[in-house]
Amino acid sequence: MAEKLSIYKKISPFFIEIGELTRFAQRFFKEAFSPPMEFREFLRQCYNMGNRSLLLVGVTGFILGLVFTLQSRPTLEDFGAAAWIPSMISVSIVREIGPVMIALICAGRIGSGIGAELGSMKVTEQIDAMEVSGTNPFKFLVVTRIMATTLMIPLLVIFGDAIALLGSAIVENIKGAISFQLYFNLVFDALQFSDLLPATVKTFFFGFAIGLVGCYKGMNSEKGTSGVGKASNAAVVYTSMLLFVLDFLAVLISDILYGIN
Amino acid sequence: MGSTKEKNTQNDTNVVLEIEDLQLGFGEKKVLKGFNLKLFKGEKLAVMGRSGSGKSVLIKCVVGLIEPDNGRIEVLGKDISGLDQNMMDDLRADIGFLFQGSALYDSMTVRENLEFPLRRHTEKFNPDKTDKMVQEALEHVDLEKAIDLMPAELSGGMARRVALARALILEPKIIFYDEPTTGLDPITAKEIVNLMNEVQKKFKASSLIITHDVDCVRRFADRIILLLDGQNYVEGTFEELSSSEDPKANMFFK
Repeated sequence: MAEKLSIYKKISPFFIEIGELTRFAQRFFKEAFSPPMEFREFLRQCYNMGNRSLLLVGVTGFILGLVFTLQSRPTLEDFGAAAWIPSMISVSIVREIGPVMIALICAGRIGSGIGAELGSMKVTEQIDAMEVSGTNPFKFLVVTRIMATTLMIPLLVIFGDAIALLGSAIVENIKGAISFQLYFNLVFDALQFSDLLPATVKTFFFGFAIGLVGCYKGMNSEKGTSGVGKASNAAVVYTSMLLFVLDFLAVLISDILYGIN
Repeated sequence: MGSTKEKNTQNDTNVVLEIEDLQLGFGEKKVLKGFNLKLFKGEKLAVMGRSGSGKSVLIKCVVGLIEPDNGRIEVLGKDISGLDQNMMDDLRADIGFLFQGSALYDSMTVRENLEFPLRRHTEKFNPDKTDKMVQEALEHVDLEKAIDLMPAELSGGMARRVALARALILEPKIIFYDEPTTGLDPITAKEIVNLMNEVQKKFKASSLIITHDVDCVRRFADRIILLLDGQNYVEGTFEELSSSEDPKANMFFK
């Protein structure tokens, strides 16, 4: 009995957290579709999250494409399948590696940023000040950030995928003597609608998860600087786990709908 | 304590804030155990108490940031427990709040910080006049040149003055000060209190100040309530309380 109680005590905070996060998401949907809309703040967040992440996503995507191609080439050459590199790389990057890698990078940059910013606003009473001045802080701070991540992560993933393919094309151009035109012709021949659609749709969910967890952790930050640090850290850890769960679900659903084998 | 009685017998139509039997607890810990208060029009009332005695949560209850467990709070004749979000926001247009750590929005300039409270209340103020209102509010606190600075570029005293300008921009009828001199050096603290007095004269607002700074209370408050063990312990003017023989009152004033 005591053992059962101790297990219950250990796992119950996890389910309480899930419940609280679900309530937070419910409130987001309720507030997101009721006026007034904080359009200016939404655009400001889009700029902060999108434009200011371009360099990071670009560099990461480029290196990802380079390294992935460099690592795959020798093995595929041994099997005489070097000609498959463009199609293999493009499908891998667009379907899986691009969205997951870039979402993880954004969880680190954007998710932790949201957690830390809202956490420090909470402990320095800025959120209270906002409420006293007649502005709904949830709508102004949370709704705008979640909407911005939901919109910007897919755009960043598309950008990152394109740069990764460019990196791969450069390696193929140098090592395999394939022209850029031929490389991209092979890439677009290999990519199907069933590759692009699920991969793009899941990035909206990734963006939503990054914004949701970042805001939830920030708004529920404990007092003090350590509380802000914990909120920022927890935002990254929880989001990263959630991204893998969402990715697994997205692959399962894609498999059912399109039969990706 | 004659002058206290005098105040309390003022006509009830002059009451701008009334708190009755306010109770609040966090888990097992009861912070407020039946606190009562009346703030009269144009009055400067101070609530003093030890750290953690529930002073800050008291004014947070009054502006609707914390919901009390029990009791009645009437602000400008409206019982706040019966107000929905929109009505509460309308009422907040008549309330100025100076937070303990200034609580300026880090990501906004001084100008944007001051414009922020105007966003929700544009029906009350002409948006075309926003610029002028911001300028005037900064003039009140003698910080016109700081208009385009970020909060991180301001000193503690400047930040507190900007926060005061933000609290005043809607020309409130009641101003709440939460530890306005905490964390400031004695000279800057004195400047802030002088500024609060000037503002009080200019706007003819009622003020409720929460503090444990005796010098600030001496220079600012008309009447003082001591909050001890979650309840009103004693009240009176500074002279009355500072000359009191009560040992608990003496802890603050001597």
